[in-house]
Order: sequence, then C-alpha cells, then structure tokens
Amino acid sequence: MTFIKKTLASSIAIAATAAMATTAQAEISDGEVRIGYLADMSGTYRDLAGPGGLEALQMAVEDFGGSVDGAPIEVFSADDSNSADVGANTVREWVDQRNVDLVAGMVASSVTIAVTKVLEDNDGFGIVSGSAASSITNEHCTPNHIHWVYDTYPLANGTARAVVEQGGDTWFMLTADYAFGHALEGDVTKVVEENGGEVIGGVRHPFPTNDFSSYILQAQGSGAEIIGLANAGADTVNAINTASQFGVVEAGQQLAGLLVFLNDVHAMGLETTQGLLLTTGWYWNMDDQAREWAERYYERVGSMPTMVQAGIYSSTMHYLQAVEATGSDDTQTVREYMMKQPIHDFFARNGRIREDGRMVHDMYLARVKSPEESTHEWDLYEILTSIPAEEAYRPLAESQCDLVQN
Amino acid sequence: MATTQTLTPSMKRERRANLRRNAFYLALIVIGLVAPFAAYPVFLMKMLCFALFACAFNLLLGYAGLLSFGHAAFLATGGYVTGYLLSSYPTLTPELGILVGTAAAVLLGAVFGALSIRRQGIYFAMVTLALAQLVFFFYIQVPFTGGEDGLHGVPRGHLFGVIDLNNSLAMYYFVFAVFLFGFALIQRTVHSPFGQVLKAIRENEPRAVSLGYNVEAYKLVAFILSAGLAGLAGSTKTIVFQLASLTDAHWHMSGEVILMTLLGGVGTLFGPVLGAGMVVGLQHLLSQSPLGNWVSPILGLIFVVCVLSFRSGIVGEAIKMYRKNFK
Amino acid sequence: MTMIFGVPLAVFMGQLLLGLINGAFYALLSLGLAVIFGLLKIVNFAHGAMYMLGAFTTLLGMQYLGINYWAALLLTPVVVGLGGMLIERVLLRRIAHLDHLYGLLLTFGLALIFEGSLINFFGVSGARYPTPEIFQGGFQLGFMFLPKYRAWVLLAAIVVCFATWFIIERTRLGAYLRAGTENPSLMQAFGVNVPLLVTLTYGFGVALAAFAGVLAAPLYPVSPTMGSNLLIVVFAVVVIGGMGSILGAVVTGLAMGLIEGLTKVYYPEAANTVIFLVMILVLLLRPAGLFGKEA
Repeated sequence: MTFIKKTLASSIAIAATAAMATTAQAEISDGEVRIGYLADMSGTYRDLAGPGGLEALQMAVEDFGGSVDGAPIEVFSADDSNSADVGANTVREWVDQRNVDLVAGMVASSVTIAVTKVLEDNDGFGIVSGSAASSITNEHCTPNHIHWVYDTYPLANGTARAVVEQGGDTWFMLTADYAFGHALEGDVTKVVEENGGEVIGGVRHPFPTNDFSSYILQAQGSGAEIIGLANAGADTVNAINTASQFGVVEAGQQLAGLLVFLNDVHAMGLETTQGLLLTTGWYWNMDDQAREWAERYYERVGSMPTMVQAGIYSSTMHYLQAVEATGSDDTQTVREYMMKQPIHDFFARNGRIREDGRMVHDMYLARVKSPEESTHEWDLYEILTSIPAEEAYRPLAESQCDLVQN
Repeated sequence: MATTQTLTPSMKRERRANLRRNAFYLALIVIGLVAPFAAYPVFLMKMLCFALFACAFNLLLGYAGLLSFGHAAFLATGGYVTGYLLSSYPTLTPELGILVGTAAAVLLGAVFGALSIRRQGIYFAMVTLALAQLVFFFYIQVPFTGGEDGLHGVPRGHLFGVIDLNNSLAMYYFVFAVFLFGFALIQRTVHSPFGQVLKAIRENEPRAVSLGYNVEAYKLVAFILSAGLAGLAGSTKTIVFQLASLTDAHWHMSGEVILMTLLGGVGTLFGPVLGAGMVVGLQHLLSQSPLGNWVSPILGLIFVVCVLSFRSGIVGEAIKMYRKNFK
Repeated sequence: MTMIFGVPLAVFMGQLLLGLINGAFYALLSLGLAVIFGLLKIVNFAHGAMYMLGAFTTLLGMQYLGINYWAALLLTPVVVGLGGMLIERVLLRRIAHLDHLYGLLLTFGLALIFEGSLINFFGVSGARYPTPEIFQGGFQLGFMFLPKYRAWVLLAAIVVCFATWFIIERTRLGAYLRAGTENPSLMQAFGVNVPLLVTLTYGFGVALAAFAGVLAAPLYPVSPTMGSNLLIVVFAVVVIGGMGSILGAVVTGLAMGLIEGLTKVYYPEAANTVIFLVMILVLLLRPAGLFGKEA
C-alpha cells in the first residue's frame, strides 16, 4: 500500500512539474531550441568558417547557459562540401525531420542561396555568416534569413574608395572570369570612377587559375598604379604570391585585395602580403572586447578567429537572446525582435538588421603589417579607419529586394 | 498445356530462373512503391536519381568495357538545360524540360563519343576526363548556368500540366517511374542482340572486328545511350532539388559514379542501384557525424579495398557465392 | 615598338618565357607518367597527389626538421619515391595481372585518400614556402622582370628531363627498362629481376613528380589540392603527345606550356581550356597522339 501511495505521489509530482515546464515553454516548439550548423568543413572555405565556426557556435551556446528558459539548446552540424545540393538537402531534411529552428554558418554563396530558398519554402530561419555575395540580401533576399558579417559591397566599396583617396587613381583589374568576378569588377569600377579614378585596363582570367605570372606581367605592363584583384579564395592568394615574386610592390605598383581574409593573410605570410589594403568586418585585435573573446577562442581552437567565426558567435547570441525575450522560436516572431534590437557586442558596432535582412555594422579599413611591425604570429593587421555602418553597405534605395518598399 | 510437357531440363531451369528474377523485380517494385511511407522521400529520390546515373554508367563500363571518367558532364548538362528551361519558361511542363535536357546530353554524348572512341582503354578514360573538364570550365563561364552560384528555385511545375509535383509523394512516384523506365531500357538493351554484341566486343574486340561487326559504331551507340540516361538522371535530379550546380559537373562526380558501380558490382544490373544507395547513404551518414570531414578519404579507401579484393562488387560477389553453393 | 599580332614584342617574349616555365611542370609530370606507363601499363592517377606530397614533404621538412631547400631537392624525391615503391609492392603488384583500368582506379582511390586526409590536417588555404635566399629578386631582361627562382625552375626541369632521357635511352639500366617494356617474360628468362625493375620504375616516376613538387613549393601555395587539377591538364598533355616516347612527353609538355602562355595574352578567357581544345584537334587529326603508337 505504502509503495503504491509513494509511487502515485511521485508520479503526480512528476506530472505536475512536466505540466509546468510545458506551459513555461509553450511557444518553444517541442521544448528544444535546435541549431544546425552548415558549413564547408573540408574544402576551400574550411579555414574561413569550418570547424572553428562550429566551436564558436558552441561557445555561444555554453555562454548562454545551454538552455533557454529551461528548453535545452541542441546543436548539430553538417559538411556541405561546397555543394548546393548537399547543402539544400541537408537543410530540407533538418526542417522536415529534425524541426531545426536556426540554420547557422553557411559559406559558399551557391550553397547559401540554395539553402535560403529551402528555408523560405518551409518557413525556416537562417543566419548567414560566411557568404560574400551581396545578392543574398539583394535579389535573393527572403524573409527567412539574415546576412550577418560582411558582403562584397562594403569590401569592394571600402577598399576601392580608400585606395583612390590615398592617390591610387589608375587601376588595372584582374578579374575572375565568372559571374561573381564580373559583379565585383563592376562594383569596383563604379566606385573608382565616382571618386575620380580611372580603370585603364584589365584581364579576365579563368576560374580557377593556378599560375598568375602571365596576368601579373600584363598588369605590370599596363603601368597602372593599383592592381585590383576581383577574385576570391585561392585565386587571390595565388595572385598576391605571384605579384610578390615579380616584385610588383617594389616596382611601385600596389595591390588592392577585395576579398582577403585573415586566414589568407596568415597562410601567405607578411613577407608576401605586407602593405595590402583590405576591408574587414572585424579584427581580433581591434579592441579589448574583441581581444578578450578572441583569446578565449584561441585557447579552444589554436588559431585566431576570422571575422566569420566571430560573427557566428555574435549572431547566435543575438538569436538566443531573441528567443529568450519572446519566449518563442517561431521564425517571424524571433526575426522581428532581432530586427528591433540594435547590436552592440564584441563583434558588431552600431549594428542593426535592415528589412532586407542585411545586418549593417561598422566596417574597418585595414593594412597588412610588414614583418618588422608584427610582434607575433597573429599580429597581422593595422586598423586604419572605420567605415560607418550606414555608409558601408549597399543603400536600400538601390535594393532589388522584394522586402524593401522602394 | 502441351508445350509444358516438352520442355527440356535446361529450359525448365531457365524458366525457373526467369521466374525468380521476375519475382525479385516485382518485390523491388513493391518496396519502391511503399518506401516513401517508411523513409524520407527526398532522400529516396536522391538515391533513385543516382541509381539511374550509376546504371547508365554501368551500361558503358559493365557491358561495353569502356571506363568513362567524364560522366559528370552528362549529368550536369541534363540538369542545367532542364533547369534553365523551366526557370526561364514557366509555362513549360516538367516532362518537356526533362526531354530537352536529356536530348542535350545525348548530343553531347555523341560529340564525346565520336572523339573518345578513337582511343582505347586507359587513353579513353583520360580523354573523357579531359573533355569533361572542358565542359566544366565552359559551365563556369557561360551565364545561363549561373556560374559558381548555380541555378536555384527551379519550379517543379505540373506534370503534363495536371499533376502538381510540389507534392512530395507525387514527385517521388514520378522519379520512381523515370527510374523504372531507365532501368527497364538498360535491361532490354543488355539482353538484346545489340547487348550481346557489346559484350562480345568487351571480351575480345579483334574477334568482333573479324566477325564483321562495326565495333566503333556499336561503342558509339552504347556511349550515346549511356550519356542520354545520365542526362535523364541529371534532369530529374534538377526538378527534385530545384537546383543545378557545378558539383554535378566536377570530376569528383565522375569518380563517385565509378565507385557506386564498382562497389555494387560492375556488369550486374542491380549492382549499380545498390552501390548508389550505399554511397549516397554513406555520404549522408558521414556528413552529419564527427567523421564528416573524412568523406573523401573514406570513399578513397573503399575504392582501394574494392579494387584489391572486391572487384565483382557486392552483387557480383553474392552471385558468385550463390553459384558456388547452390548449383 | 615591334608588334606581334597587336602585342608588343617585349610582352610577347615575356609571355613565351613564362609559358615555357609552366610547360616545364607539364613536361616533368607527363614524363613521370610516361615512365610508369612504359613498364606498368597503368596510368598513375595518384601522380598529382605525389606532386602535392613532394611539396608538402619539402614544407614540413623545413618546418619541423629544419631541412633547407637544397637538401629537400635531393631528399624529397627519395622519400616520396620510396613511398611510391611501397605502394607498388603492397598494392599495385596484387592487381598487375588484371585489366590496367584497375590500376587507374586504385591510384585514383589513393589520390582521394592522400588529398582528403591532408585537408583535414592542413586545411586548404595553402601554406607558403619561402623562396631560397640565393633566388631572391630577379633579372631585368629588358623585356621583362624574370624572378631568379623561375629561371632556376626552367633550368632544373630541363636538366632533369634530359637526364631521364639519357638514363632510359643511353644506359644499360635504361636498356633493361625498354626491353622490359617490350617483353617482360623474356627479360625474366634472361635473369633480369623484372619485379624489382617494376618497383624501381614506379618509384622513379613518383620521384619525378615529387621533384616537380619541390620546384613548385616556393612558386605556388602548398595546398592539398594543388595536384589534382594540374593532373587533368597533364592527362590531356599525355593524350596529345602519346606516352610512347620520353622525348615526346617532354616536347609536348613544353609546347603546351607555350600555347597556354600565348592564349593568356590573346584570349585569356580560354587559357584554362586551350590544352583540351588542342587535345580534341589532335584526336581528330591524329588519334594516336603526336608521338604515339596505338597501344
């Protein structure tokens, strides 16, 4: 008898707690916040986001306490292998089968565009941290994603304008011969001409290209002051390396890298990259707040974070705070709240999310240090100026996004 | 019936074997029909598309003895052409899109085939690889493929203007039907006189020549048929996933389809289906596990193990074992 | 200024020279493929991976063991070549009696393993290997600035190609090798250790690829994927030249480098594809390849 009474009593107690718990989390779907991290874990963009980005995401979850209002946060990840169909399928399955609440990471633009289409069809939610294409919040914008860290517009814009202002009037464009390169070339040409400079020549190289010597020779022959690199990833790295071998900088020409990241500079070394001007969304050593977070990251991963990895932490935090504040993981509820809240953390300054899904924040013009200036392995950039958030990104007036009323 | 009584024992055996085979196929069809209620349909569709791709490849390697290292080009061509047509002309029905995509792959196959069958064996493999790489670079540069970004949001549309393919079950059964069509076509080809000649060429080309067969013409037809079916797989895949990307054109894809066929069993009808299922399933499992970064080395390892000690593939080894123990 | 088809002579000359340097890599790699093909009759799909391993061995040797460039130039081909011999002994030998396509597939699998594993350890950004001290800077040739290191690459590649040709065509070892290519069982009957010859040949072919890798290390970022795309181009080169002759492989390699170099000036958009287009042309006009005899 006593046994039955006891069990009965305890089961009532359990039921009561369970009932309380469910009412408290009434709006968090199935009592869990599920975050799927999708990125290139093994290919070209591995070092930009990759496993380090997942670590940053997990740091955010841990710092948040591992749960929202008692609803545990579950993190899972997948390698998209830079393949749009692998990425889209994975996310489709996450939505259909695992009820994913947030898809984070996302690097290769082709994957991102495919994934955001899937999210739009299924009312999912994604925060894009790694992709470069500005079209993600322009012609490809959806109400189901936010683009966090950077895109090509401020990168090209910021660098080109700064270079022309410093007196680099004549440009030679080294352009990757595919849609992305053409778009970048167009953006840069516009900015250069608006600021009184001139593009006096250019060459379109196949994508990808292994040997840049021929193109560098053509750039040298052009007599332009600035060689603009409208390419990305391995192509940019290769072009910069080759330029260094051919003594381009010593001969008085300067390189402007439009899509150069911390991991690229680190890989190429300062000997090769010194003096390169670039625009970045964040740099680990830019102030105390950034440094403090970066050092924690460094302890876990063994390398300094790129802006993308930092952005993954920042965006995940912002998302979790929104879930906590609204008590819901419904896409539109959370997105609306996120858009109302300004973003001010170790990563973003003067950040806000625009209606096209673009998170605009201050960007920075940086110069790569010379080996003599650098004090240790990761001491790579000197921040020259900051570019205010509202100037850095493509103005909404030029937007082709359906969410923007023009 | 009178005829039944006059059957010789060997004919009886053959008839029994046929019966067993038909029962096997029937069972597979039934499994295919109920599968979407047990497993995730999108995943099943992916498997079917790759199974068709592998079967098409196997027609060439398994029955004509030609190792093509460039089949990704046909998969991608089917996908891009279909994707481009359906995105640009929304009134077009999906079956027309697939038809044109497949036709494009057939044309490309004719060009590839005409060039590559001039060389044999290892050279054939290298020529097809180089041609496919040419196609890959072409697809990066031309605007209609969307370059690196690929084509996105391809509408699934209404089959014959009637059946809404946005319904995932309807989509599944359509893909299943396409797969059955391709599989049946290959089965018929292999067992036809044409298929017998192909096998003869594979076994001993000089003898086939001396018997008066136009060997090059046979090889070319086999190549074109294989390319067309690979294109059909690519076209269908584009409609399922609503996108077409450079991944399909990359040489890794050509390598993967070889692995699927090798693992399942070269020259067996069902082997490539099984192999495709296993490779796709494995990639799927690995991509979401801690071993996610190791997909490519693991596939490489399977390659090596297959070549060293498992050359007949799973189905091939199973058939061998069956013959040894039950005959 | 003298113009050649609308391009100043100086630029034209510069591009020819650069094309020749790229051609040197094609020549070294297709030479190795041809040597291996001669005796083993397989196409070594792992050749690109061996080139990559050559560059990585050089880089890691410097980082962890302090081995300098000159030592690496000697040691790396030996180390990677020994690895190649191991592969031949343990793996390739088991399938030597089968259709040669299996050799292609096996080496393809190996390439995937090497490339994929290294990506997991070193990423794909590519590390930089410093240009050796004495090759810093360059020559002002009047029509162009030629980095000293590139001049060295061209010289070293041509010397090695010539030495290989000499060994195979003019020495006793080379005579065995050629005889083994023609009729291995007869050679065995004459008391030549053919299996050993096969192992050494594969090792030597791989060593040539590794040597190219050492030469490439200071030029291009050292990354796990550096070999695979290059290899497909080299395959096209091999189809164009045919693998029948050593000299043919070298000449075709250099010539394709030149053609590619000129394309980069006149129609850069096609620079990646021009070698494949030449291959198509050769297949149409002379299916056996420029120097080839049909196998």
